[in-house]
Amino acid sequence: MKASAFSYTRASSVIDALDLLALHGDQAKVLSGGQSLMPALNLRLSAPALLVDIGAISELRGISASNGVLRIGALIRHVDILRSPDIAEHAPLLTEAIAHVAHPAIRNKGTIGGSLAHADPASELPACTIALDATIVVRSKEGERRIHAADFFTGIYETVLSPEELLVAVEVPVKRPNSVHFFHEYARRKGDYAIVGLAASGILEGDVFADLRLGFFAVGDRALLAAASKHLTGKPVTASMLVDAQAALDAELDPQDDQQASAGMRRYLARQLTARCVATLLRRPDLETRPSA
Amino acid sequence: MTNPIPIALTVNGEGVSAQVLPRLNLADFLREHLGLTGTHVGCEHGVCGACTVRVNGDIVRACLLLAVQAENASVETIEGLSDSGEISDLQAAFQNRNALQCGYCTPGMLMAAQDILKHEPQADREQIREHLSGNYCRCTGYHAIVDAVEATARARSGQAR
Repeated sequence: MKASAFSYTRASSVIDALDLLALHGDQAKVLSGGQSLMPALNLRLSAPALLVDIGAISELRGISASNGVLRIGALIRHVDILRSPDIAEHAPLLTEAIAHVAHPAIRNKGTIGGSLAHADPASELPACTIALDATIVVRSKEGERRIHAADFFTGIYETVLSPEELLVAVEVPVKRPNSVHFFHEYARRKGDYAIVGLAASGILEGDVFADLRLGFFAVGDRALLAAASKHLTGKPVTASMLVDAQAALDAELDPQDDQQASAGMRRYLARQLTARCVATLLRRPDLETRPSA
Repeated sequence: MTNPIPIALTVNGEGVSAQVLPRLNLADFLREHLGLTGTHVGCEHGVCGACTVRVNGDIVRACLLLAVQAENASVETIEGLSDSGEISDLQAAFQNRNALQCGYCTPGMLMAAQDILKHEPQADREQIREHLSGNYCRCTGYHAIVDAVEATARARSGQAR
């Protein structure tokens, strides 16, 4: 289908974009890479009166690391993440995850800011940001807000962003020497939406997780920071600790049935991903055994 | 405000100026305004890959880009790649290997294939499959397409040696 008619304006700066958003409120939509917005427009799932194109705002580009923080501008494209030596060094989880996002032609346009603001519960980057304990930086004419990624996503395609706010950057704490990460998703084919996925980041002290953040996606209405990880930290992981974590995870999940998978299949895969993650990070293949039931 | 907007860009090396409605996507602009109908329109929501073109050297979905976003851009379509001879060996390999039947996906498939041949000339079959995973073909079952791309990769690296 073709998009319905809308007006279009190209913002020349963040200030300009914020003025436009303040003026037009929820009549306006921000156009970044357009790889989620354009399908929605073409399918007429979305019909804004105005598109504010932020694609030419150079201050929203750039990747920099300083004072223990990696800052990624909202307009950084997926392909930029894939190729960035700074991201590979300081946030390798993102480098690994981004290869699973769609296909080359999509990654050449899609942006990190657009993906996070779009908040598709099946997409990889929201889960990565919550696993990495990232801060999402948003601005409006009233000023700047800094939001923990875990508090940013509120539902299917919903975030705490107001219509007057623009997501300007993501800040990720840089990897520590004993940081570990894990990424895996089940999908029918590479590049398809995940059936279930897990982005995880942790701190290993010897063979003990001092910290473990499990960011699940495609298991509910938003990326989930699983509280179940508390069963896995502070002492060497045993098989029974893992069983407790899987049971706790099951209670947290609220997966949907759809044409790709039943809710029950998603629960099963999420439990298995937990085991695979722990077994991989601890180099303990004995922990990834299939349940007999 | 929904009035036409002036744009200027380069298409296959030639300067183009036009007045376009904001909602017009690049694929429709190429096809209907410029008569470049080699860029095919399939799903119109970024899934099928039939509309793949190059913008500033990167392959993109022409259905997921507004014509107004292509302001000042350099756009290359299948007509450009074909006329310049850039992919004549790849096209011959598609023909030799029966890598097309109805031909609907072929322009997008060639754009995506040339992209991996340029950036990863030593790509193996698995990498080729992955790079083409965003391009649907309903005729061939893909095997012959991968054959053609792989044969072109081998022939080009042989010549380069």
